[in-house]
Amino acid sequence: MSTTTPTESGGLAPVRTDSLAELLVAKERPPRPSAWSASMTFGWRAVLKIKHVPEQLFDVTAFPIMMVLMYTYLFGGALAGSPKEYIQFLLPGILVMSVVMITMYTGVSVNTDIEKGVFDRFRSLPIWRPSTMVGYLLGDALRYTIASVVMLTVGMILGYRADGGVAGVLAGIALLVLFSFAFSWIWTMFGLMLRTEKSVMGVSMMVIFPLTFLSNVFVDPRTMPGWLQAFVNNSPVTHLASAVRGLMAGDWPAGEVAWTLGWSALFVLVFGPVTMRLYNRK
Amino acid sequence: MSTQTSGLAIETAGLVKTFGETRAVDGVDLAVPTGTVYGVLGPNGAGKTTTVKMLATLLRPDGGEAHVFGHDIVREADEVRGRVSLTGQYASVDEDLTGAENLVLLARLLGHRKPAARTRAAQLLEAFGLTEAAGKQVKHYSGGMRRRIDIAASILNTPDLLFLDEPTTGLDPRSRNQVWDIVRAVVAQGTTVLLTTQYLDEADQLASRIAVIDRGKVIAEGTKGELKASVGAGSVHLRLRDPEQRPIAADLLRRALDAQVQTDPDPVALTARLAAAASHDTAAEHAARALNELARAGITVDNFSLGQPSLDEVFLALTGHDTQQPRPGRDDSHDPKDEVAA
Ligand SMILES: Nc1ncnc2c1ncn2[C@@H]1O[C@H](COP(=O)(O)OP(=O)(O)OP(=O)(O)O)[C@@H](O)[C@H]1O
Ligand SMILES: [Mg+2]
Repeated sequence: MSTTTPTESGGLAPVRTDSLAELLVAKERPPRPSAWSASMTFGWRAVLKIKHVPEQLFDVTAFPIMMVLMYTYLFGGALAGSPKEYIQFLLPGILVMSVVMITMYTGVSVNTDIEKGVFDRFRSLPIWRPSTMVGYLLGDALRYTIASVVMLTVGMILGYRADGGVAGVLAGIALLVLFSFAFSWIWTMFGLMLRTEKSVMGVSMMVIFPLTFLSNVFVDPRTMPGWLQAFVNNSPVTHLASAVRGLMAGDWPAGEVAWTLGWSALFVLVFGPVTMRLYNRK
Repeated sequence: MSTQTSGLAIETAGLVKTFGETRAVDGVDLAVPTGTVYGVLGPNGAGKTTTVKMLATLLRPDGGEAHVFGHDIVREADEVRGRVSLTGQYASVDEDLTGAENLVLLARLLGHRKPAARTRAAQLLEAFGLTEAAGKQVKHYSGGMRRRIDIAASILNTPDLLFLDEPTTGLDPRSRNQVWDIVRAVVAQGTTVLLTTQYLDEADQLASRIAVIDRGKVIAEGTKGELKASVGAGSVHLRLRDPEQRPIAADLLRRALDAQVQTDPDPVALTARLAAAASHDTAAEHAARALNELARAGITVDNFSLGQPSLDEVFLALTGHDTQQPRPGRDDSHDPKDEVAA
């Protein structure tokens, strides 16, 4: 009972109901994918999106390069005598700041993506529910890694030398990407909570600017007034920047690493469940 | 309450969903037999999509209850999800990915290993005539191709119950026919299909039972025969050569067909609404007789068409009001006519 119509509009091949019928006979269903496998599949979706829309890598390449150049030459002379000396202090910090700032785009893309019909399909699948969001963030982790590599390369061209060697640099990047993954749950929450892309962007700015600037990324907090020091010294970004700076310099800043991991766990535990509540209700 | 749903794929009782002031679904009772196509017919804003979304576990009902294959859609959502599949009204595939990537992605999410996922995707693309377009991003697909990839994505695993939300809205007649063929093939393999539509002829073509919904309520339910009997057999549209002859023609039709005859604003046009199928004659037989009478009276007919009752007519017959509602709609309900040469 094939319904092959010889003349097809627009060159579209006809539907072959006979082979369709054969395909439908197969009634066996594979077991449901594990939470890990489903998350990785969504991560793969994010990678495919990067492949098809490579423009979205702009914010993890051009923006970080700009940040390194700008801050090195703007502040270098004034703060550390010369840009070459300053970059030794600045690079790990600016790396942390840029990547943490880039995480903000997660909220915007979740907000626009979630409205698409394909999420209805994802939601009607019998899979581990958070895997959609986890996959999202796994794709973003790849973007953060790209940004880190780009910035390190530029930094090294400008004269940055990591005393921690390859191991120190890798450990630093790994910690940064892990923290960013955990921190991004704030953005998934805002992305699902707020109605428009604009409002997500607005709120993100309100959070990200104080959080990244009020840290030890640019200068030593000892030059700040006491009340500000209290905030800066306890900010997660400060802990992260110190940890990454230490790792890349070849120290093993156990305390700062522990603080960073603690903050990461806190972000996931608080904002993960809130995100999932919002996701399920959408 | 009753999880004993022998033979029923869907059973709902008093299903309600409100959005603020709007009662989008306002106490819907449905009983959908397994292995059939069930049509849900209604105009824009009737609550079709909302009903389907609740049954597919995407929206939580605000009242009433529903079982899919005996599983409560709220408490046993995961069991329901394992057996149903949804093709939403608006593209439910990822526009940025290619057709093949979409199918592989979803097959992986259904638990297929990579090689199996690729094979299944390729087979479906082949069966749906999309092999050539497999490597193109879905956003470059035509409307007909989108619908196909969308339906293909829904049958990666043969579902026990398939929801199709307005699968042919916006398609040309050929693409529409192909979607109908797909639906028939799916149902022939034992899958139950719940199909929403704005077109009576679509429900007529595919569904064995039809529920007509309006403003969140089921206003009629039954086999299509029952529904048609309550609505009428359709209408005959005529265009005469000579406007002078219209009163005579109207009179003739009224007597020959026992129909209500309307004179359109166009001075040569006439519409005769055929009465409910009291006699066993088909609408076509009625029409043939009418043409005969007109020819014998020496009235020249330039154009003639036989239309199934439009959604408007169904609504007029069932509710006394037409489909135009204060709620904003996307487009007017159309009136698919089977053109007959004069
Ligand atoms: N998320 C929502 N928020 C607010 N109102 C909604 C929402 N979804 C639907 N509605 C309202 O509920 C009513 C029913 O909508 P629904 O989409 O179910 O209709 P439909 O029968 O599918 O219509 P259409 O033929 O246009 O697709 C409409 O009045 C609509 O405006
Ligand atoms: Mg709808």
